[in-house]
Amino acid sequence: MVFNRKHLLGIRDLSADEITHLLDTAETFRDVSRREIKKVPALRGRTVINLFFEPSTRTRTSFEIAAKRLSADAVNISVSSSSVSKGETLLDTARNLEAMAPDCIVVRHSMAGAPQHLAKMCNAPIVNAGDGSHEHPTQALLDALTIREYKGRIEGLNVAIIGDILHSRVARSNIYLLTKLGANVRVAGPGTLVPEHFGELVDHGLRIERRIEAAIEGADVVMILRIQRERQDAAFFPSMREYAVHYGLHLDHLDHAAAEAIVMHPGPMNRGIEISSEVADGSRSLILDQVTNGVAVRMAVLYLLAGGGREAEEEAPPKKNGNRKVNRK
Amino acid sequence: MRLLIANGYVIDPSQNINTGGKSLLLEDGRVVGVLNRGDEPADVEVFDATGLLVAPGFIDMHVHLREPGQEYKETIASGAAAAVAGGWTTICAMPNTDPVNDSPAVTRFVIEQGQRAGLANVFPIGALTKGSAGKELAEMGEMKHAGIVAVSDDGRPVANSEMMRRAMEYATGFDLTVIDHCQEPALSKNGVMHEGRWSLILGLKGMPAAAEEVDATRDCVLAKLTKARVHLAHVSTRGALDAVRRAKELGLQVSCEVAPHHWTLTDEAVSEYDTNTKMSPPLRSSDHVGALLEGLRDGTVDAIATDHAPHHADEKALEFDQAPFGITGLETAVGLGFDLVHQGVIDLERLVALCSTNPARIFGLAERGTLRQGAWGDVTILDPNFEWTFDVARSKSKSRNTPFDGRKLKGAAVATIVAGRVVYLHPEFERINERKHGEVSVQ
Repeated sequence: MVFNRKHLLGIRDLSADEITHLLDTAETFRDVSRREIKKVPALRGRTVINLFFEPSTRTRTSFEIAAKRLSADAVNISVSSSSVSKGETLLDTARNLEAMAPDCIVVRHSMAGAPQHLAKMCNAPIVNAGDGSHEHPTQALLDALTIREYKGRIEGLNVAIIGDILHSRVARSNIYLLTKLGANVRVAGPGTLVPEHFGELVDHGLRIERRIEAAIEGADVVMILRIQRERQDAAFFPSMREYAVHYGLHLDHLDHAAAEAIVMHPGPMNRGIEISSEVADGSRSLILDQVTNGVAVRMAVLYLLAGGGREAEEEAPPKKNGNRKVNRK
Repeated sequence: MRLLIANGYVIDPSQNINTGGKSLLLEDGRVVGVLNRGDEPADVEVFDATGLLVAPGFIDMHVHLREPGQEYKETIASGAAAAVAGGWTTICAMPNTDPVNDSPAVTRFVIEQGQRAGLANVFPIGALTKGSAGKELAEMGEMKHAGIVAVSDDGRPVANSEMMRRAMEYATGFDLTVIDHCQEPALSKNGVMHEGRWSLILGLKGMPAAAEEVDATRDCVLAKLTKARVHLAHVSTRGALDAVRRAKELGLQVSCEVAPHHWTLTDEAVSEYDTNTKMSPPLRSSDHVGALLEGLRDGTVDAIATDHAPHHADEKALEFDQAPFGITGLETAVGLGFDLVHQGVIDLERLVALCSTNPARIFGLAERGTLRQGAWGDVTILDPNFEWTFDVARSKSKSRNTPFDGRKLKGAAVATIVAGRVVYLHPEFERINERKHGEVSVQ
């Protein structure tokens, strides 16, 4: 199995085999972070640009560490210091960066489709690090890696995803990934944030529940999504207090989950709102394991897209950056 | 000056004419009459229409010409050139220019620019409210005197039902049709595409069909209350069509138009985030598209209008959320209209009614949309079977924002005649005319 994609824009387009290949590759990289010398030369001489139009600590740091552990040069550009504030378009920003010959551009953007837009217009491989409410593929991959680590499989598991499904790119990418690998996904949250027609997202393996108790019943995995304060301001629910009482995950909820059920959260957490501290810090919580696996997944993605994987598996000659064709569509 | 359009297949729904072997005589810009074989006068300039369809000039009730104020997108001259290339003899310009056409001065400017271009008839539509801000009535009477054909706050739907009621009531005094872009703004706020499966997949904010349906229903209720002539622009939903159907059953003066992209494409076309699939109302799901086809077939839909909305390439090269709504449409509408004929949804006579007779009736243009004696000599000549590919690089519009570049079409306008003058002749007309079907048929 060779991963032949140029970009990683989402999970929806990937096959189960491609997902498994990404996870298998990530597993091999997980060991690197456990060594004393946490570095391999796989991407030596390669440049990875992290282009973040939206604030992020975890994801940006994770990509940066992943690049550095592969010996790539990582450059971080965040919105506050970018030229976007000077009125430059996304496309012009990306083209200027591309003129500096990066081997991969990692993009985080508040608008859905921004990475697709760049992938169409630019030559460098694009990794979607989260675009609006669309997809967050590396999050879904690190979640799957974590589930596989603790459950040994994805297929046949019951996974509950709780919270703001409507606006969540994490939920979408996870639903695609988990259903493709044969899990049964149930989603629940306030009716305003889990619209009835959300079930149309995939053809099978997804069930909409009105009450979180019903989603958690018998679940092997409980994923909690972050709730954002602006949703309350937009009248999606009456108050944080009411949300915490009716849609927050509490310890006694887990009595109805499967034995050995695990709890996950993509972070950053609002303790006491969508998840109680007892659950977040409890024995079933894998929230910090997710972060650890995040580095491994991003190493795998960068390795496969930025050239390392191709060379190793196909013994392709080194790329001649001077000859790269720039697509001026 | 006389022009004989000889030996064509004439369809004029206003006179129930639908026969071959007829000739149409124009003199000094007006129609003299539809003549039988043998009655043609000698010593006239002859336009050989053998094998071609001769129809009263097509009237596009809904275009955005961007002048004054946004001439980098389109000018009245470039818009009119695109119009005649697409077979439209008359285009009605929406008032959302800069400044808004809410005064007789802007109305006269638009008319004069249209006359200067000397191609299609350019008729302005006046704003319903000052600045289209939805707060105070615009000077409809003064604008009517200056030459507007209808009133609308298109693109900025009137949210306040009381305001809409007053506007309808006031418009009746000047016999003006009130056009509404039906969209309940609170329900569609920040939406960029149809709300449904594809908006969920793409993570884009949806505009529910309900936003259009609620407003369309309100307008029909207000039409009953005010007895005004109400026209719903670019209807795109099943519920809005149901509202119109019911209003017609009640005998209200309610009409509606549909735009070609709404029956041709579904919201799935947005799947690659192509900003040339972003327009308002948005491309809908296949259920709504099916309802539009039913409405076209059963007569609920009165007119085909393009909602031609040019935008500069730089504006459309932004993120999907940031790009403006709208696509060009003047040059592809007739081809997409013929799709309906070839698919058996409507017949040729109905196509002509949708593009000419009905728009003229809805706007009260008594001397257009007909080939009656004395009417304006506006004629659209069409070849229903001409196969061609739309190439946006050859578009007459200043803008290129269309999802139909490279689309194969069957059926085209081959000549456009305005006030007895040929203002557009298809570049391949000679070749088309060589074929001489003899009889117009839909193959």
